[in-house]
Amino acid sequence: MIFRIIEKTELKELVDVMAVNRIIGPVQKGTGLDGKPLYAFGPVADFNDLKLDYTTTARPAKRYFLPSHETLCNFKIHENGWEKSVDFNIHEPHVFFGLHACDINALHKLDKVLLKSSFPTPYYAAKRMNMFIIGIECKPQPFCFCRSMGTDSALHGFDMFLTDLGDKYFVEVQSAAAFNFLKNINTSDPKEKDHARYMEVVAEKNRKFTATVDTTDLAKILDMEFQSDVWKYWGDKCLSCGTCASVCPTCYCYGVEESVDIDLKGAVKKKHLYSCNLIDFAEVAGGHNFRPESHTRLKYRYYHKHRGFAEEFEESLCVGCGRCSEACLAKIKVPEVIASIRSGVKPRGR
Amino acid sequence: MDNKLEFVDVLRDVPGTQRKSDMGSFEYSHKAEITNVYPLTANEKLYQIQIIDPEMRKRFTFRPGQFVMLEVPGVGEAPFSISSSPVRHGDIELCIRNVGNMTNFLSRVGRGVQVGITGPFGTSFPVEEMMGQNIFLIAGGLGIAPLRSPILSVLENRSRYANVDIIYGARQPSELLFTYQYEMWRKFDIGLDIIVERPDKEWKGPVGLTTHILKEKIANPAISLSKDTYAIVCGPPVMFKFVCNMLMEAGIPMQKMFVSLERRMHCGRGKCCRCNVGSTYTCLKGPVFDYWSVMNLKEAI
Repeated sequence: MIFRIIEKTELKELVDVMAVNRIIGPVQKGTGLDGKPLYAFGPVADFNDLKLDYTTTARPAKRYFLPSHETLCNFKIHENGWEKSVDFNIHEPHVFFGLHACDINALHKLDKVLLKSSFPTPYYAAKRMNMFIIGIECKPQPFCFCRSMGTDSALHGFDMFLTDLGDKYFVEVQSAAAFNFLKNINTSDPKEKDHARYMEVVAEKNRKFTATVDTTDLAKILDMEFQSDVWKYWGDKCLSCGTCASVCPTCYCYGVEESVDIDLKGAVKKKHLYSCNLIDFAEVAGGHNFRPESHTRLKYRYYHKHRGFAEEFEESLCVGCGRCSEACLAKIKVPEVIASIRSGVKPRGR
Repeated sequence: MDNKLEFVDVLRDVPGTQRKSDMGSFEYSHKAEITNVYPLTANEKLYQIQIIDPEMRKRFTFRPGQFVMLEVPGVGEAPFSISSSPVRHGDIELCIRNVGNMTNFLSRVGRGVQVGITGPFGTSFPVEEMMGQNIFLIAGGLGIAPLRSPILSVLENRSRYANVDIIYGARQPSELLFTYQYEMWRKFDIGLDIIVERPDKEWKGPVGLTTHILKEKIANPAISLSKDTYAIVCGPPVMFKFVCNMLMEAGIPMQKMFVSLERRMHCGRGKCCRCNVGSTYTCLKGPVFDYWSVMNLKEAI
C-alpha cells in the first residue's frame, strides 16, 4: 500500500482537480432541533460545501447505487407484441468524497449478494463499478456500534482513505486512478512522526466508542430464541413503517411494479426499495400473509441481518452505523434488541 | 493531464449468451406466445406458452419442480411452477389461478398474446434419483400444479419407477384440476386417490382431507412406505406439517420427502428478499426443499 501526506491547504486543490467529475460528498442540509448540523450525501459544487468533519448522515449514500425508485425497463407496446429496452441508469462515473468506514464496508456486503452471487444485478453493478471512493476517518458517535460488527475500519474497497492528523491528512492510496489524481497536487512521503500521529489518532478514535453489541454466537442465539416473548415486546413497539430499511446502508429488498402509459403505447417496469417490516412484505396473491404480525416481521429483519446473511457469507449484514436506531420513531435500538434477545429479558422502565 | 474518470460499461465484455452469471441476461426475457388457454375450473386455467424463437425454444430446458417468471408488460411479473413435461422444452404449460392483479389480467386474455418468460429458476424434484423406487405424491388444491411436471416425467419413464401413487384433495369436486387426465394416469399404472372436503350430489368418491386417505394407506399392510419410497408434497401451507409428519412416522426418510413452497417473489434471482423463509431464498434454495431442510428453516410450514 502507498501512503502519502497532504497538507490541509492542498485539499481544495484535490477537489478542484477532481471536479471535472461529479462529486458526491457530505454536505450540510440544515440544522436540527438540537442546534446541531444535519448532514446528507449530495452533489458537491464548491469545496466549502464539503463537510469532511461530519458526524454522520441521516441517510447513507445508497440512493446513488441503490435508488429508492428505479426504472428497470421500458416497453413499447404495438399491436402484435412489445419491445423491451433496458437502461442501468448511470452514464458517468461518480466520485464519493468522504465515506466513513462503515459505509465502505456496507458496499462490500452489498457486493457479496448483488455482485458476487449467482444472477449479479447489472443495475447495481453498473453504478458500483463507476464509483471512485475517498474514505475519511470518522469520529465515533454515541450510537455507533461498528466496532462490535468489525466494520470500524476499511481495509480495502476505496481508492483513497484520509485520516485527519490535525494540519494534514494521512492518505492511503489503493488505486492507480487515485495515484494519478495525487500527481496534480503537492504531497509528501509520510515521516516517522506522521506514522506515530496516525496511530495516536486511530487509538483515540477507538477509545471513543461507547455503544456495543455482543455478537458472540449471535446466529445460534437467534435460532435458540426464535420463540422468545421478547420479540413480541419489540413487535408491539414497532410501527411497521420501514424507516429502518430506508436509512440502512445495506438493506436491498425491493418490490417491482409495472404500469401502462396513458396512451397505451408503452409500459414501464419500476423497482422500489421495500422493507421487511411493511405489512404486505410476505403476502402472496390470494391474501395469505406469511408474516402477519409486527413482531414476526421485526424478528425476520434481525434474522436476515444477523443469521441468514451470516450463514451465507460468514458475516452479518449490519455495519453498526446506528442510523436505524436514530431514525426509529418507536426508539427501537439494535444494541438493546440484541441484548434483550441474548438475555431473554425485556428492557425495563420503557 | 486528463482527470476525467473513465466510464465503465458493465456489458462491455459480455458475450450475448444467456448464462445466469451474465449481467445482460438479468432483465432479459424470452418472448413467448400464449398458444392456448384451457379452462380447468371456474378459477384456474391451463396456459400453453411457447417461446417464439424456435432455436431458443429448443434450448430452453428445465427440471420438474422449477418455476419461470412470467411477465406481462405493464401488468406485472410473477413466478409460476411449470406444469408441463420437461421433454417439451420451451413449449410450457402453466396452471394459473385467477387470484391477483396479474392473474386476473391473464384470465381475460386468449390465444396469441405475447408475454415474457424468464428462467427456469430454483431447485427441482430429483426424478432421476427416484428411479427404481416407489413414489408417493400428495397434493392439495392448486398444489397439483407443480406436481404435474414430475408426474408427467414419471409417466414418460414409467418402467423405471416402482409403485407410483397420487393422493389429491380439493375443497369441492368443481375445483379438481386436470380431471381429463385422471383416466390416462390410472391406465399408466399410477394409483390415484381423489378426495374432496365438500361433495356435491354427483360425487361418489371419498370425503375428507388428504390426510384421511393417507392414514388408510399407511394402515394398509399391503402398501409399504419404506425407505425405498420418495414422497412429494405440495398444497396449502396448513397441509404440509400434517402430511409430512405422518409420512415421517410411516418411515419415509426426511431426505426423501420433498415439498414445494409458495412465497411472494419479485425477482426470482435471490435479490428482492420477498420470498425469504427465515433467511433462506425460496427462489434459489427452493422452491423444492427436502423435509430435513424445511425442518431447519424457521417459519417454513
